[in-house]
Amino acid sequence: MASQDTLRAVDTGKVSPLYDPKVRGIFFQGLLFVVLVGFIYWIIGNTVDNLERAHIASGFGFLNRRAGFDVSDALIPFTSDSTIGRSLVVGILNTLLVSVMGIVTASILGFLVGIGRLSTNWLIRKICMVYVEIFRNIPVLLVIFFWYVGVLSVLPQPRQSIHFPLGMFLNSRGFYFPRFVWGEHAWLVGVALVIAIALAVFVKVKATQRQMATGQQFPVLWTSVALIVGLPALAFLLAGLPLSFEVPKLSTFNLNGGVQVKPELLSLYLSLSFYTAAFIAEIVRAGIMGVPHGQSEASYALGLRPGTTLRLVVVPQALRIIIPPLTSQYLNLMKNSSLAVAIGYADLVAIGGTVLNQTGQAIEIVAIWMAVYLGLSLLVSIFMNWFNAKMALVER
Amino acid sequence: MQEHDLSFVRTEMAIAEAPPRSAQGTGHWLRTNLFSSVTDSVLTIVGVVVLILIIPPLVDWLFLSAQWTGTDRTFCATTVQGGIRPDGWSGACWAFVGDKLQQFIYGRYPFSERWRVDLVAALFVVLLVPLLIPKVPRKGLNALLLFIIFPIVAFFLLLGGWFGLPHVETPLWGGMMITLIVSFVGISASLPCGIILALGRRSRLPVVKTVCVAFIELIRGVPLITVLFMASVMLPLFLPAGTYFDKLLRAIVGVAIFASAYMAEVIRGGLQAIPKGQFEGADSLGLTYTQKMRLVILPQAIKLVIPGIVSEFIGLFKDTTLVSIIGMFDLLGSVQQNFHDATWATAQTPMTGLVFAGFIYFVFCAGMSRYSMFMERRLDTGHKR
Repeated sequence: MASQDTLRAVDTGKVSPLYDPKVRGIFFQGLLFVVLVGFIYWIIGNTVDNLERAHIASGFGFLNRRAGFDVSDALIPFTSDSTIGRSLVVGILNTLLVSVMGIVTASILGFLVGIGRLSTNWLIRKICMVYVEIFRNIPVLLVIFFWYVGVLSVLPQPRQSIHFPLGMFLNSRGFYFPRFVWGEHAWLVGVALVIAIALAVFVKVKATQRQMATGQQFPVLWTSVALIVGLPALAFLLAGLPLSFEVPKLSTFNLNGGVQVKPELLSLYLSLSFYTAAFIAEIVRAGIMGVPHGQSEASYALGLRPGTTLRLVVVPQALRIIIPPLTSQYLNLMKNSSLAVAIGYADLVAIGGTVLNQTGQAIEIVAIWMAVYLGLSLLVSIFMNWFNAKMALVER
Repeated sequence: MQEHDLSFVRTEMAIAEAPPRSAQGTGHWLRTNLFSSVTDSVLTIVGVVVLILIIPPLVDWLFLSAQWTGTDRTFCATTVQGGIRPDGWSGACWAFVGDKLQQFIYGRYPFSERWRVDLVAALFVVLLVPLLIPKVPRKGLNALLLFIIFPIVAFFLLLGGWFGLPHVETPLWGGMMITLIVSFVGISASLPCGIILALGRRSRLPVVKTVCVAFIELIRGVPLITVLFMASVMLPLFLPAGTYFDKLLRAIVGVAIFASAYMAEVIRGGLQAIPKGQFEGADSLGLTYTQKMRLVILPQAIKLVIPGIVSEFIGLFKDTTLVSIIGMFDLLGSVQQNFHDATWATAQTPMTGLVFAGFIYFVFCAGMSRYSMFMERRLDTGHKR
């Protein structure tokens, strides 16, 4: 039978439609589509049924209802009379705050440790290795508990606060530092800063042009520093020192005034930074090791100093290797910030969970979570892709 | 006639002279590795100071001042806190870990039935170890036993209710047991699901591709905790009313879905690294799609991404801690649950429990990563491009 079929197929030059990849493709896709649609239809049917049974009205109307709960660390004014929608905005802002702070600190720490792992110094190399090995091999949730339960809860009562210079305090209720209170004419300083930055950019452009034309270098860095520090300082003096500090003061049971960073935020921020820094360190190490040795040797042969070699030859090439995995670490940090719910920091997931328990609007809350995190991921990706394209090899 | 006078021809090598004193021994090592320049010396001194600040207090807390035996909190509390220790004492309370160890391993699984858990664990080790040692033969049978037969046996043994074994409901399960169950199921489900999703994403069929891409990107874009919340809150909504869906199973479904999406991306990396000629070669031999993938493409692709797969496994193992947030008591969850246990609540208890849990996770994760390095070296056929 089979051989006859084959013979006939060869004879006529046609294949049975059963064996035509195109027909098969269409068939399987149709099958998948039908199964998928059926599955979704079944789920929606069940959900509608279940929601009716539980008397939950679907839709986003609940966002305008009164929240009825309080959020202790809100960046925008929030009371229990505010709407549920506003509480979610508070959550998004807190997620953003801890993510941005964490990303900055983790990058700095990660680069330092990553370079430390390649140091010629044996001791530094080993210390960095132990750090990376420890943090890469324990769960981030454990690191968060470690900071929250282990370290910050054994801090002293407010009365025995640990004093730091410049009016900063640390105790079991968090970290306190002075609030900046800007006085009259303080806007002059801001204006001066903007002008200084504009001048620094101008100097940089002119210096590059001159170096291209004549080969002479101009000390851009020091000029820029002088401009950016000097001009605002001058404006500050001229405006009559319009700045005062609201230093936290110790009263009987508590510290008053100043800015308070709650232990929840502090431990989440520290643990996310320390945890992600270990991963970033490995990425940085791989990136630097990925630059061929000949590059730095050639640079030395041209007479460049080690510092210049690192800045102009090694780092720009290492960045090309570093940026893509670095992006995914940033995204991981942002997603890990959702573990705030474990220690009660009011981020998007924690507040969403509270709302979910109160209203039972599971689908809407999960949809909001997904939309926000997907949106944020997309933003970070777009930015890092732009940065990556800027850093990419320009081939002539 | 001039005579060739070879007055001296050395017949044996001269004995090599020892390197100069400055280039050997401890002094040389110190000079090159710790004090090669001024900056280097400063860094070394800073490093030593940091170590002096960290190591002695740590050793003291972990071992010297630690309380090793005891029956309740008084052994680990200072006199002010109602204990027997002097004021200002600080040390690990290992007595707490010793007392609660059973709970950290089995959760609230009934005492008389714990042999079942031990048996499952023993079976697991007996099946896993030969699979990990490359020299042991019959890998196929071994894998079949571990991934198909073992889960069925384990399911009936742990849950009970059959063959005269008392039924133990899952809310009683806990500790290390849950951590290992969730990781094992997650790992064994995520690999095949990940392969299917990765193949789907690389497919030429637009509908298949779109569905896979949408699934992968949706799951990868959100935190695991939202997926777990979704699994625990929304799965009951999606199923017909009255369907009972076990809480542990919901957590496992959440973890497996999440891990599959990540695994798919790792495997896609491997698939993309396979040269086009391999696909074409398989096609020209007349292999079907399944044969082509199973016999030619996947073995090469998976071998390429073994480090990635293992690091996904490690990530998954660490991520199982998140099930404690949706109310399961895995290792971390049961440690945390005991912080406020009235018998043991002292200032030292939480830190001790966390250090213990951290140590366990570290041993497992470091073990996995060492094994992956070993396999990487073994599988390195020199075909790296």
